[in-house]
Amino acid sequence: MKTKKFASLFLATSLLAGILAGCSSGDEGSSKGGDTIKIGANLELSGAVASYGSSEAEAIDLAVEEINAAGGINGKKIELIKVDNKSDAAEATSAAIKLTSQDKVTAIIGAATSGNSVAQVQIATDNKTPMISPSGTSTTVTVGEDGKVNPFTFRTAFIDPFQGTVAANFAANTLKVKNVAVFADNASDYAKGLASSFIKDFEAAGGKIVAKESYVAKDTDFRSTLTRIKAANPDFIFIPGYYEEVGLIVKQARELGITVPLMGADGWDSPTIVDLAGAAALNNTYIITAYSSEDPDGLAKSFAEKFKAKYGKDPNSFSALGYDTVYLLKDAIERADSLDGTKIRDAIEATDNLELVTGLYSVDENHHPIKSATIIEFVDGNQVFKTKVNP
Amino acid sequence: MEWIQQLINGISLGSIYALIALGYTMVYGIIKLINFAHGDVFMVGSFIGFYSITVFGLGFFPALILSMAACALFGVIIERIAYKRLRNATRIAALITAIGVSLFIEYGVIYIRGAQPEAYPDVFSNRSFEFLGAHISIQSILILSVSVVLMILLQFIVHKTKTGKAMRAVSHDTEAAKLMGINVDNTISATFAIGSALAGAAGVIFGVYYTKIDPLMGVIPGVKAFVAAVLGGIGIIPGAMVGGLVLGVVETFVSALGFSLWRDAAAFVILILILIFRPSGIFGKNTREKV
Repeated sequence: MKTKKFASLFLATSLLAGILAGCSSGDEGSSKGGDTIKIGANLELSGAVASYGSSEAEAIDLAVEEINAAGGINGKKIELIKVDNKSDAAEATSAAIKLTSQDKVTAIIGAATSGNSVAQVQIATDNKTPMISPSGTSTTVTVGEDGKVNPFTFRTAFIDPFQGTVAANFAANTLKVKNVAVFADNASDYAKGLASSFIKDFEAAGGKIVAKESYVAKDTDFRSTLTRIKAANPDFIFIPGYYEEVGLIVKQARELGITVPLMGADGWDSPTIVDLAGAAALNNTYIITAYSSEDPDGLAKSFAEKFKAKYGKDPNSFSALGYDTVYLLKDAIERADSLDGTKIRDAIEATDNLELVTGLYSVDENHHPIKSATIIEFVDGNQVFKTKVNP
Repeated sequence: MEWIQQLINGISLGSIYALIALGYTMVYGIIKLINFAHGDVFMVGSFIGFYSITVFGLGFFPALILSMAACALFGVIIERIAYKRLRNATRIAALITAIGVSLFIEYGVIYIRGAQPEAYPDVFSNRSFEFLGAHISIQSILILSVSVVLMILLQFIVHKTKTGKAMRAVSHDTEAAKLMGINVDNTISATFAIGSALAGAAGVIFGVYYTKIDPLMGVIPGVKAFVAAVLGGIGIIPGAMVGGLVLGVVETFVSALGFSLWRDAAAFVILILILIFRPSGIFGKNTREKV
């Protein structure tokens, strides 16, 4: 019933988008021929995941300011049009309709989460407007349910299964552990995807999975399962999940005398995890992120300095990805030397080893990035840059 | 050795369920109301403890006592505002009101401070010692002893004090108690005060033991405590204690056997089984309901 309702809503909105696009195609030439390049940002500025969207918005503003101060793209200034999608998929769709039909933007940046990004795929495709999600990590953002690549959507962040692979390689090659336990959130596709790619790659690297346990988001008591894991004697535990539960898992694991290294992915990346687990318990734990403000790499360092000068705080990985998305688009528009959506799309597809804050960026045939991942170690509650892993 | 650790895990969880279940059972025993807002009093207690530790800089015990006192007052206010005028209404009306009060408290707290979770500060050192190969933290020993002391105190109040005597009398027959000169309203208020204070204590203990608290944290423990109360025989105080401990241990052992995704289901399977085979609970006598 619910899916039916959603489907009909979706159909109705995309139909409406088609009509609006049709109506407006007459004056397309004049609006796109001005002295500015209109870029839309469809972001979560309020609602449940507002912290992701607003981190990105700050960095996008910074990047646009820089580009405009340096003379713009091919001599044209960027005009940024920000729309709040209220962390809601239906709002994200209507925001995308507004951006494409009313504002007639050249490209859209956003949304921050996978679900809200997927909600605007159809609009982007119908209007031939390239759309880049800075941090949508689910494969469905760029590849449809039928396995076909969405022609106009791209992403800046790496995809979930890639993080599992990175973790498996790190465990097998850097930490050189053999017997590993996996403790995954069974209520999220994100965690399940990570767990399965980790297991596949770790076993391929010759390791052994000695225990595989699950929990459900919102649980608070993990002691009994952790006791079970401890009895299996692993020398490393991979815990894909989000910080709210992971913080408690780390704390309870240390209380039960589990001292082995623990590792997770970007779902751990929140300052709250330090409060939940305690700084001491977090020692000897590792996470994968897109970006670390301590990365010694030149571009990352100068971004961190500029961001801090403007906003008075360290950027997080969402900021870095938002910033990179603007430069990714700038590079493509420059190479396309046109504001035509299809030409820009082709230029993004041809992106090869573009230097960005979050590492070298290339695009594969599924519109997934080929880029490096950063591994961070927690030391007394602080994130310390450990290493950069190339794909 | 793994099993000793699991037993300790189970008893710690169970003693929190038991503390909440005591409040449920007491209120039900006296006015036959399933007070669904009880889990939310537990949540409020947890937050009061949190703020008294972080904002006022109190230690664990002062925070525990402050939280119990505030929750006692809160419980009485809820009873006076929401339940008192429904005393002669149908049971379903009172039940629906309780659900309404529950939602009101949950979303009231979200309105005041937002829905984001909070991390309890470490009030005890995280030291632990080994016992037969199991790790026991100082925390869990303290928590367990606080729970046991509170339960003993409750037994003492109910059986040895005048208020306790009045509570038992009202629970047995409200009309007759009234004829004997017992102030029924005050007795009911006292029941709410004591039950809510226990929930408040459970909230602080939960916070210290499980670290994360949020405005909807009372929902699941509230329902589990209800199951514990039914399991032990609703309205019977020792039943609630035993029910809570049994439920905690069963849940832990379900996870320990590798069925961690079934632990919540286990609680409800127990509820269904007990309602089918022994609706009066472990400690209940099979008495026919008065007509």
